[in-house]
Amino acid sequence: MTDLLIMILSTIGSVFILLAAVGLIRMPDFYLRVSVTTKAVTLGVGLVLISAAIYFNDISVTSRVTAIIIFLFLTAPVAAHVITRAAYFTGTGLWKKTITDDLKGRYEDKTISLDEGDEEE
Amino acid sequence: MSLETYLFYFIMPILSISLILILIRLMIGPEIVDRVISLDLIITCGLGIIATYSIITDQPTYLDIAMILALIAFLGTVAFSYFLIKQKKKEQDD
Repeated sequence: MTDLLIMILSTIGSVFILLAAVGLIRMPDFYLRVSVTTKAVTLGVGLVLISAAIYFNDISVTSRVTAIIIFLFLTAPVAAHVITRAAYFTGTGLWKKTITDDLKGRYEDKTISLDEGDEEE
Repeated sequence: MSLETYLFYFIMPILSISLILILIRLMIGPEIVDRVISLDLIITCGLGIIATYSIITDQPTYLDIAMILALIAFLGTVAFSYFLIKQKKKEQDD
């Protein structure tokens, strides 16, 4: 029974990781790549780690796995946001079929900060 | 079929194929930020491989390394983007 649960969880997790890798190859744009990979890989690695916790059935392993999962869930969105912000500043191009770019013209080029005056208009 | 056989012959190849796909993006990535997220994803995939391998070899000690690698992936991404922004600022000042 435990073996079957471990098999199911690790299969779902590794398939999610594979889908994220395929998305990294197939997506046309850097921003789409970030949005598809961060979520899928976080979920996939979380499921594989949970299957390891079920296999060992030990409080020390479970606490370690919980620490890793919480850390991943906290840091993956932050890292994606920071690298996407850097990509937008350095002028990474959008996909040619992108219909809107809300940030265009909102950043001041000199200070690289959001132009707050525009929001009130 | 035992659990170890299943993990070794089904899960590990899936993870290895995804590693190879990410490595292709690391090589062809048109911008430097593509390469940065590819490195981040390689380490995160490595977490999955370490977890699977710790089940196969029955060694929970490997999970410590997974914890440290998760930290390194986050710090690497943040450091890369910090230096990219810094470089952009320097180009604009010149």
